[in-house]
Amino acid sequence: MPLLQAEDLILGYNSHVIVDRLNFKVEKGDYLCIVGNNGSGKTTLMRTILGLQDPLGGKILFGDGLKKNEIGYLPQQNEIQKDFPASVEEIVLSGCQGRCGLRPFYSSAEKALARENMTKMGIEHLSKKSFFRISGGQKQRVLLARALCATRKVLLLDEPVSGLDPQGTSEMYELIDSLRKEGVTILMISHDIDAALTYSSHILHIGAEVFFGTKDEYLKSRAGKKFLLSKDEEDQ
Amino acid sequence: MIDKLYTYLQYPFVQRALIVGVLIALCSSLLGVTLVLKRFSFIGDGLSHVAFGAMCVATVVGVSNNMLIILPVTILSAIFLLRGGKHVKIKGDAAIAMISVASMAFGYLIMTVCSTSSNLTGDVCTTLFGSMTILTLRVRSVWICFILSILVITVFILFYNKIFAVTFDEDFAVSAGTNADRYNLLLAVVIAVIIVLAMNLCGSLLVSALIIFPALSAMRIFHSFKSVTIFSAVLSVICAFSGMIISILTGTPVGSTIVAVDTGAFLICYLIGLIVRRD
Ligand SMILES: Nc1ncnc2c1ncn2[C@@H]1O[C@H](COP(=O)(O)OP(=O)(O)O)[C@@H](O)[C@H]1O
Ligand SMILES: [Mg+2]
Repeated sequence: MPLLQAEDLILGYNSHVIVDRLNFKVEKGDYLCIVGNNGSGKTTLMRTILGLQDPLGGKILFGDGLKKNEIGYLPQQNEIQKDFPASVEEIVLSGCQGRCGLRPFYSSAEKALARENMTKMGIEHLSKKSFFRISGGQKQRVLLARALCATRKVLLLDEPVSGLDPQGTSEMYELIDSLRKEGVTILMISHDIDAALTYSSHILHIGAEVFFGTKDEYLKSRAGKKFLLSKDEEDQ
Repeated sequence: MIDKLYTYLQYPFVQRALIVGVLIALCSSLLGVTLVLKRFSFIGDGLSHVAFGAMCVATVVGVSNNMLIILPVTILSAIFLLRGGKHVKIKGDAAIAMISVASMAFGYLIMTVCSTSSNLTGDVCTTLFGSMTILTLRVRSVWICFILSILVITVFILFYNKIFAVTFDEDFAVSAGTNADRYNLLLAVVIAVIIVLAMNLCGSLLVSALIIFPALSAMRIFHSFKSVTIFSAVLSVICAFSGMIISILTGTPVGSTIVAVDTGAFLICYLIGLIVRRD
């Protein structure tokens, strides 16, 4: 049984269909890149997997002992509330909230976990800083540390490098890759097809043409060739 | 001046009023950040108008304690507005605008038509801006305010981490298994209680100021949720206390005096924020 499986999934808002009949599966340890043009429904897919919205049809199956709340999530940058007074430490610790149930305060084990994840992401020295006064790359690390507090199994990353400079971008990719090597399954939305082809094991392409398969299959597919070509033209 | 204050402070009812005033100020500052930054801001404003309508009805009906009417009505409206505003943002806003304007209109209408009071304008003014002095608070109201304040503070402390998680990033909280709907409901109810409490201190038109000013001031200087929460609570208590003392000494209306002090504090914090920000 795969970790995650979509069966004839139909995505959309208020009965307006955006993606029709999507089928794909994610095995433990996979690195799935979700690509497609702007507005093709990538974020909608993530939100549906997370249970933030219901699919219009079809279903998402969880297997291999994965529970719905064991999926960590890195939202798209612009979805975080601006100007909210919050320190790095508070945000990372809030990743443990899902474990608390009705317990009002964090345990010392949870505080230690938060500290450990901050160290791992290299943001320990920022712990008292305001979230809105650190750089874009640092913000993404904070949110990644928070997601790691919620789970060690699956991470959904929505355009984790958008708005980062080239150095921040490559650091972010390395960080994600190191997590994957530790056994975290990764689902990443990306605009950056080159990175997708460098790091991922599988590609899900959504849009007018839908493709799901391994990276090598993607390179040979019609959807892949077309998308790569259009990206090349964009670059020129 | 000092003598006058000293004489006043001898009276138990003055002491009671001061204690309750301070507690109410503390409560109303607690959810300031949530109200400023989350979509709850419009609910807060709408609710204070609903509370005005309920207060008018309560005055006309002449129940022994008008909290008995105002509290349930405001809480129910809070739940209703939260449900309405949840999915369709624009419709939710329109509903709130309608409800708040309608409650104001009906409240005033009922007051004018049914009230037997000889001092109608005075009554309406009190409902809108709070009473001239807090010393007119009745003993029973003082007790209810006291208990509700303690309740609000306890709930806030117990749910502090959850309130942070849900207000900072609701989507993430939900995806990690937190039941955000439940806590949003809790927040709406607590906000309703706070608004009703604060109305006793400064009337329905000034309620928002009492709730929002301390948080806005604190956010000028501090940048973590904890420090902002603590500072705004302390600031709110200081402002309310000095406001009440000034009001007793000079005979100015208590609600507006407190809000004036709050405004002054905001300006000071604003300036401090400008200076500190440079580093
Ligand atoms: N809350 C919403 N209500 C209705 N339609 C939406 C909503 N959010 C996004 N959409 C629409 O769904 C489509 C897909 O959006 P999205 O999943 O964000 O695309 P992507 O992440 O691939 O850029 C877009 O056409 C967008 O206009
Ligand atoms: Mg998107």
